[in-house]
Amino acid sequence: MIRFAAASKSYRVDGALVPALEPVDLVIERGEVFGIIGHSGAGKSTMLRLINLLERPTAGRIFIEDRDVTDATGSELRKLRAGIGMIFQHFNLLSSRSVADNVAFPLRIQGNVSEGEITARVDELLELVGLTAHARKYPAQLSGGQKQRVGIARALASRPSILLCDEATSALDPQTTASVLELLADINRRLGLTIVLITHEMDVIRRVCDRVAVLEAGHVVEMGAVADVFLHPQHPTTRRFVAEADHREGHGPEFSGVTGRLFRLSFRGEATYSPVLSNVVRDTGVEYNLLSGRVDRIKDTPYGQLTLAMNGERVDDALAQIRDAGVDIEEVTR
Amino acid sequence: MSPMQTLFPNIDWAEIGQACIDTLLMLGGSLLFTVVLGLPLGIWLFLTARGQLHARPRLYSALSLVVNVLRSVPFIILMILLIPVTKAITGVSIGIRGAIVPLVIGAAPFLARLVETALREVDRGVIEASQAMGATTSQIVTRVLLPEARPGLIAGATVTAVALVGYTAMGGIVGAGGLGALAYQYGYNGYKPDYMLVTVALLVVLVQILQSLGDRLVTRYSRR
Ligand SMILES: Nc1ncnc2c1ncn2[C@@H]1O[C@H](COP(=O)(O)OP(=O)(O)OP(=O)(O)O)[C@@H](O)[C@H]1O
Ligand SMILES: [Mg+2]
Repeated sequence: MIRFAAASKSYRVDGALVPALEPVDLVIERGEVFGIIGHSGAGKSTMLRLINLLERPTAGRIFIEDRDVTDATGSELRKLRAGIGMIFQHFNLLSSRSVADNVAFPLRIQGNVSEGEITARVDELLELVGLTAHARKYPAQLSGGQKQRVGIARALASRPSILLCDEATSALDPQTTASVLELLADINRRLGLTIVLITHEMDVIRRVCDRVAVLEAGHVVEMGAVADVFLHPQHPTTRRFVAEADHREGHGPEFSGVTGRLFRLSFRGEATYSPVLSNVVRDTGVEYNLLSGRVDRIKDTPYGQLTLAMNGERVDDALAQIRDAGVDIEEVTR
Repeated sequence: MSPMQTLFPNIDWAEIGQACIDTLLMLGGSLLFTVVLGLPLGIWLFLTARGQLHARPRLYSALSLVVNVLRSVPFIILMILLIPVTKAITGVSIGIRGAIVPLVIGAAPFLARLVETALREVDRGVIEASQAMGATTSQIVTRVLLPEARPGLIAGATVTAVALVGYTAMGGIVGAGGLGALAYQYGYNGYKPDYMLVTVALLVVLVQILQSLGDRLVTRYSRR
């Protein structure tokens, strides 16, 4: 468990303190994948780096597993950091060392692990990330996706309970991004690791996170379960992120020729695949006109979102029936 | 007369041989001590600079000033100024041992700057990653900075070695021995141009060898 207790961070720039992160209160539960999304300069990296104290909070406290670590120094700090893995946008591998030696690095600097154990652990990790064949190569000989896998293996070497990911997929193409995210989700499931992930892409959040915090100019402007935030974004910033991920249409003009009331229906879980609409049409005789739609998954949960125009005498009955089937409805104003 | 004697009538080849050995001894000895002093000094400069791992801006300014002063004094002047120091350390102020002190004091600050520059080239992200893994500053220096900067460090040492060849030749003027001394003694003062030619040619060869050796090592350790 990671807890921010009114933790804030200001940087000293030309003698003046410039706030990068306003006081944050939040708890990241053990074993969850927690996403932080925000635009460039919103304070995401700052927030992440407070967790392993690469930055010290200017005010407030940081707790890890109920222990106040804010002032940890020396060997206490190093031990704390050994229990927190971190991966980076630009991988940050040691270019002078082979893949195997990069993965072994955190174990070697801890100094209390035998070479035999290190070799065994490195083999196991390279297997986990699918790089066994590349153990003897140097980072410069690897693709971006492979480098990030080395980064992940290295971050897991000392069996941390927390993994911090700073824009871990931002330098990768969509396909490689998908495979790295899949690997992270797999690690989270198999090892029960807490993952804190920062990104500027809602799609990354949607695929792997359980909960998300939206950061805007140092403020957490929205936070909640990914499904809730994704399907019902409240803050304008969140809406923009969701719209980007969705390639969702804007408001208004394109519906101008459509008659009837407009609704956005959000299906989640089982409801996504049940024939709710056809039942409603049969029972109430309403007509609907499908304007846009999407069926996808939020982490492991299927969801669908449809925008439609409805006409007929019994629209309200239809809405009630749809709601009864567990589907959220929002009326879209034009 | 052999062709060598026809071409170089004045030259005593045994003397040239001895001068070569003297130059190599001076170079080897001074390079060794230059690295021993310059490398840690360069690491200190790097670590204490603003925003670095062990930022101590005042200490950095002080170190930096000393380095700049030593680098700005012309080597010949430095050598003369250092005569008392040299005497105190080695007991002599001339000859090979006598030359090594000013050579090292002249070259170590130069190397230190090159080391500092090479270390600054190391990706900040890599240092940060090591910190995030719980590495101590000394582990970061020995296991991250030095290996990552190795090509730059070797290149710096090569430039320093070449500069030292020049310094040893200058040292010859104040009686330090070696090829420089011969060139000055016979080639310039005694007007025997063949001495000048041969000694300069040998110095050129030496510099070439040092440079290509350095280049090879740089290539070998570059993994980017
Ligand atoms: N070491 C620093 N010194 C001064 N200001 C800093 C420092 N690090 C970050 N900042 C400032 O703090 C703010 C937040 O930076 P941060 O790196 O946390 O943003 P971010 O959300 O991670 O952005 P990006 O997506 O570009 O990585 C920015 O305005 C940045 O300029
Ligand atoms: Mg960032």
